[in-house]
Amino acid sequence: MRVALFATCLADAMFPQAAQATVTLLERLGHDVVFPDAQTCCGQMHINTGYRRQARNLVRHHTDVFEPYDAIVAPSGSCVGSVRHQHAVIARGVGDERLADRAAQLATRTWELSEFLIDVLGVEDVGAYFPHRVTYHPTCHSLRMLRVGDKPLRLLRAVRGIDLVELPAADQCCGFGGTFALKNAGTSAAMLADKMGHVLATDAEVVTAGDASCLMHIGGGLSRLESAVRPLHLAEVLAATDGSRP
Amino acid sequence: MTTFLGMPHAPRGVGQLRGDEPFPAAADKALADRQLRRNLGHATATIRDKRARAVAEVADWEQLRLAGEAIKAATMARLGEHLIELEAAVTARGGHVHWARDAVEANRIVTDLVRATGATEVVKVKSMATQEIGLNEALESAGITAVETDLAELIVQLGHDKPSHILVPAIHRNRTEIRDIFLRHMPGVDPDLTDDPRRLAMAARAHLRAKFLTARVAISGANFAVAETGTVTVVESEGNGRMCLTLPDTLITVMGIEKVVPAWTDLEVFLQLLPRSSTGERMNPYTSTWTGVTPGDGPQEFHLVLLDNGRTAVLADEAGRSALHCIRCSACLNVCPVYERTGGHAYGSVYPGPIGAILSPQLTGIEDNASLPYASSLCGACYDVCPVRIDIPSILVHLRGEHVDARAQRALPSPEALAMAAAAWTMAGPRRFRLGERLLRLGRLLARGGRIRRLPPPLSAWTAARDLPEPPAQTFRQWWRTRPGDGRR
Repeated sequence: MRVALFATCLADAMFPQAAQATVTLLERLGHDVVFPDAQTCCGQMHINTGYRRQARNLVRHHTDVFEPYDAIVAPSGSCVGSVRHQHAVIARGVGDERLADRAAQLATRTWELSEFLIDVLGVEDVGAYFPHRVTYHPTCHSLRMLRVGDKPLRLLRAVRGIDLVELPAADQCCGFGGTFALKNAGTSAAMLADKMGHVLATDAEVVTAGDASCLMHIGGGLSRLESAVRPLHLAEVLAATDGSRP
Repeated sequence: MTTFLGMPHAPRGVGQLRGDEPFPAAADKALADRQLRRNLGHATATIRDKRARAVAEVADWEQLRLAGEAIKAATMARLGEHLIELEAAVTARGGHVHWARDAVEANRIVTDLVRATGATEVVKVKSMATQEIGLNEALESAGITAVETDLAELIVQLGHDKPSHILVPAIHRNRTEIRDIFLRHMPGVDPDLTDDPRRLAMAARAHLRAKFLTARVAISGANFAVAETGTVTVVESEGNGRMCLTLPDTLITVMGIEKVVPAWTDLEVFLQLLPRSSTGERMNPYTSTWTGVTPGDGPQEFHLVLLDNGRTAVLADEAGRSALHCIRCSACLNVCPVYERTGGHAYGSVYPGPIGAILSPQLTGIEDNASLPYASSLCGACYDVCPVRIDIPSILVHLRGEHVDARAQRALPSPEALAMAAAAWTMAGPRRFRLGERLLRLGRLLARGGRIRRLPPPLSAWTAARDLPEPPAQTFRQWWRTRPGDGRR
């Protein structure tokens, strides 16, 4: 299948390894990955901070770029959540019905990685090998906006060599929330402290999640604690094989 | 005399709906109170688990939620008609109906009604509407003492404190603190009182019993009012409400106009949704319903005060109006990671937590509660538990948009607005975006050992508690171009 990679601006600029791993994984499964070079940002930060007018321009750009493709995949629950549940609303809110219809159409062809693997490709065992102790944090938007459920865990359980440990209070937010982390930094840090406590309690070597943004938050906190726990995107764990070292 | 000039404006909400400081500042104070954090963490986790168990028992819970949502939406679509029907039904059964535009008007109506009875003390059933309008304070300035009879409200009142939760207003207090409040402020209390919950409840019971037996006037809120029959309903756990609703001669009920339901049968849905969502019980212990007055049985005079206080203005906003569907169960507070850490006082308004963050700014107008829609990480836990499926995260985002649009009317844009405009301009064009990425790489100069530990404001808010990884030497798109044959795709 020809798959258009929606890398997300954060992974493109700050966590290229997550997007690279998505490419590696999909190609290993026999698919043809393309990267529409004009892509920038889905506009989620603008939408969620209240800048609807500017967000509309980003929604239009995103729709223009990805409209020619039949299958669009992103290593992010929250960016796909924005495309699926916010883009048409934003367009309609500023009176752009035509864009709203196009965005709604595009949303039906846009998938988060674990959804795409399980629902569209029908694979659970992606042939990964990752001999480490790993705990999985379900990100809020993948869990409650996209309803990915246990799909990421099913993919992780099929990884050879993995020692997967359950994260206590896993469904609690890590406190990132985009600009929330800046506007309400104290509350965000308090939420992060509890999330890190749960991660550390698992004695895992790696904390993984389907969103680079939440991992940047949890990882940034762990780094400040001088913790040895490594944040790694779900795609990186799933892309790992005998011969590779993420 | 007033001169009417065109369309009337929906009144704005006044009363106890505004805080003294923005949410982040108030939250930081609460975060520093370790006892508060422990009390809240313990209490919210307990109610959360209890609710989850009670809800899991109901096979058709999702259908019930859909029914609750549908009834509320249909009611709001014809709210005016239902209210007029309610007024007619209550009046026909011997009650009196009063219409209050806002808190000031409602307080004046209630004060005048109490004065007319000659009473100087009233007993109160726990009620959010009377908290919202600041009725106790209004009565006090008229020389009338209002006695809260709900245990938690009594704790708050005796401690000269403010409620911090819709259902459990003293959730921020543990039992040792409650014992200390009773010892200090409850007249005639046993000086050897311990913090045993049973002993505390017995002390409150003895204190309140005397009040119930002497009160001539009671004041309540309402959970529901049935338009077709004129029946008002109060749902409670302790029986104090039942005492207030049956013993005094005069009963005054203050009710937000959104509490009306069209038909008696609608209660079937809500009386299943509410107790399981709020206290995690299959049924609440006491459900009181009354219709006007019944000669020789219960209060012989009944007044129903219908309160707007900003609600009509909320109803006018299509994207935000479902905030009026709230049945005050407080499930969203108990699952909210923000509320769990800051408590209710940080929200300023009597309506805290996620529902407060969408309701208060709409009742008062966004400019008076501008920080509340941002007091959420948009994690969505509130939407999942809401018994009437209010999409709180979407309304939070909508209100942020309303706030930004309102700010944009000012002559000078805020630094944030400038930064957001610059970011959007950069991101809306691929060439500019690539240039932006190259500029981001300058961040590597700030990194030591692969991480950035300090950044200037406003990003210092991030680095106060977290590191940032060093920007990579190569972006994804640069890596992509190095792949054979991929450069032009």
